[in-house]
Amino acid sequence: MFEALGNRLTGIFDRLRRRGALSEADVSEALREVRVALLEADVALPVVKDLIAKVRERAVGAEVIRSVQPGQQVVKIVHDALTEALGGTTTRLDLNAPAPVAILMVGLQGSGKTTTTAKIALRLRTRERKKVLVASLDTRRPAAQQQLAVLAEQAGVASLPVVPGEDPLAIAARAMDVARRELYDVVLLDTAGRLAIDEELMAEVAAVKAATKPHQTLLVVDAMTGQDAVNTARAFHQRLTVSGIVMTRVDGDARGGAALSMRAVTGAPIVLLGAGEKLDALEEFHPDRIANRILGMGDIVSLVERAAETIDREEAEKLAAKLQKGGFDLEDYRKQLLQIGRMGSLQGMLGMLPGVGRIKQQLAEANLDTAILKRQAAIISSMTMAERRNPDIIKASRKRRIAAGSGTTVQEVNRLLKQFDEISAMMKRMNKLGQKGLMRGGLSALLPGLSNRRPF
Amino acid sequence: MALKDLLGRFAGRKAESAPPPAPPEAAAQPPAPSAGEGVPATTAPEPAARPGFFGRLRAGLARSAARLGESLGALFAKRRLDEAALEDLEETLIAADLGLAASRRIVERFRRTRFGRDVTEAEIREALAEEIAAILAPVAKPLMPDPSRAPFTVLMVGVNGTGKTTTIGKLGAQWTAEGHRVAFAAGDTFRAAAVEQLQVWGSRTGCPVHAPQKPGADAAGLAYEALSRAKQDGTGILLIDTAGRLHNKTALMEELRKILRVLRRLDGTAPHAVVLTLDATTGQNAIQQVKVFREMVEVSGLIVTKLDGSAKGGVVVALAEEFGLPVHAVGVGERAEDLRPFDPREFARSLVGLEA
Repeated sequence: MFEALGNRLTGIFDRLRRRGALSEADVSEALREVRVALLEADVALPVVKDLIAKVRERAVGAEVIRSVQPGQQVVKIVHDALTEALGGTTTRLDLNAPAPVAILMVGLQGSGKTTTTAKIALRLRTRERKKVLVASLDTRRPAAQQQLAVLAEQAGVASLPVVPGEDPLAIAARAMDVARRELYDVVLLDTAGRLAIDEELMAEVAAVKAATKPHQTLLVVDAMTGQDAVNTARAFHQRLTVSGIVMTRVDGDARGGAALSMRAVTGAPIVLLGAGEKLDALEEFHPDRIANRILGMGDIVSLVERAAETIDREEAEKLAAKLQKGGFDLEDYRKQLLQIGRMGSLQGMLGMLPGVGRIKQQLAEANLDTAILKRQAAIISSMTMAERRNPDIIKASRKRRIAAGSGTTVQEVNRLLKQFDEISAMMKRMNKLGQKGLMRGGLSALLPGLSNRRPF
Repeated sequence: MALKDLLGRFAGRKAESAPPPAPPEAAAQPPAPSAGEGVPATTAPEPAARPGFFGRLRAGLARSAARLGESLGALFAKRRLDEAALEDLEETLIAADLGLAASRRIVERFRRTRFGRDVTEAEIREALAEEIAAILAPVAKPLMPDPSRAPFTVLMVGVNGTGKTTTIGKLGAQWTAEGHRVAFAAGDTFRAAAVEQLQVWGSRTGCPVHAPQKPGADAAGLAYEALSRAKQDGTGILLIDTAGRLHNKTALMEELRKILRVLRRLDGTAPHAVVLTLDATTGQNAIQQVKVFREMVEVSGLIVTKLDGSAKGGVVVALAEEFGLPVHAVGVGERAEDLRPFDPREFARSLVGLEA
């Protein structure tokens, strides 16, 4: 989500960095562009102004202009200011209270409260081994309660049985009661979407909060939210004292400026990010890493973490051994494709690599999609073992059979084989470079022809 | 922040965070009210920012006739329309989600016609509203079902949570009341209980609902069946719901194209309208949404939802300039009658903080 903003800023900073000495005018010019980039990313105007003012104050100081690399210095100042605006350090969802710990989910209509509730429930159940109860207090939208019940079942957690005609306050009380009696660790209370200016509904949720005394009150916000993010955040915060923010749909291409706005207005940390339609698509929010991503510095830590979670270690070691011997075949390629599929979208992953911002843009234009990976895996699955081990034997009639078997065309089979050839060639080059060479040259050593820009 | 600051600014004084004593220049102005409930005083630490002049005035005025009366004085104070004033104007528009480019264009036009004149606050806002209404007027086209094309097929598309199902329910209720025979197709086979949600609307409005046999069923197949049934049983209007999807998910967008393809196998002219629902709180990403949905599924018009909140949906102005797509209706509440025709003048006035 933050990449587009990142690309904008990268361009601005590239120009800044190239200059030797910086005048105050240079800094002002760059900051004007930063302002535009932030506004286009939907960061709310007051927040943008505040941020720019802070950066300017620090950047026009004498030490910057006289320093050896003034451009670099300004980039660092912007980075620090962004990290600060995003909340400094990572905040984990704090559940440190006597059980049952109540979590109240609030937000506008359609921000993703119900899905997020189920995602949090799943996370708490699997990662923290909590016994979770979810309850829907949404008596307004048709079938909302049923939606949560279905999602709870998918997440493998209990949901409070629905009693038709019960009002939200009564449902909340019943949920807490059941949780106390049946010894649940956490109770997630999903509320109806409401407008911040709807007095009646805001009073209702305030009453629920007063009655259940939730340990956490999470405001769920769509990453696509525009300037109104400040109004919404402020209104909810005033009535309910929001303790944390969850941003949803960060897998879209919105620039996510609302994250900055919300954080600035409420002072509450962004605790989680919703990044997909599956129930496990929930990520922790790391301000410094996001700031890095915004500035095009990559997010290696997240990438490694995600890889570690999804990649089968043994499998990876076997593959590495094979690579070294140069025996990489289509069967290995297929396994890799499946693992990448599990890790999430290629674009998302590439976004975490430093210095790939631009390559990524080209890839986005080429429309790289995990769907292609699945198709490729399907093509390989339609090959015999002998063909996978030795692709050279695949000639016209085998190609036709494989295409028919995988529901693709011969052209697609050809494309896959060609791609595999290229990958094999790359693997050989990688072996030649050795691990040290790879660390030094990074991606560009592997893929000659790519720009040689280094991450700062 | 209190309205006082901005009134002060109006009189040419620099903004300060703390309410300052009334400066001599501002003596002619009445005591300013505190900010309205909708946008209460900020809790942000040191908001060096000064939200645009109108932005804050609009906030103060919002939903409060009493306050309106109090600030009338400010409305009639004259100010020279200079660079600073134009900048404030631009910021008002940005804060309403018009986006930087559209805001600048509008302010530029303004500069050419009025720069350097002494104008009152009210005049500026009236003129601004007119300017915006003129941009919006060509796109205000209600969605009219064409009886000669029955079943008039409407495909509802959009990003998750923008209000597709609710809008279908409202359209169904209104068209049924007008005497049309309306049917729904519950094409959101992905989200839990989406089908049930539409079924509730079906029983409220008396419209039959084509529902999938099991969750996760093929939406295109369902749409095909619904249309062939509608052709047989003399349905006048068929409203097809779809699962919400982010426009950058290529596979999901392909799925939507498939619905279009199979519908055309039954009726070469279907769907007769592809309506994109747009959440009014959406910021600049709306432009990307409209662009992609339009390219992929030939969106023929927009419905802007959730306009009853504090968000004003200013991005619609940028959309009108860039794409010229019709805006069929706006959603301003949860009841069926809360789906209303798009009124450019009313919309523009609300954007700049004027009562309709």
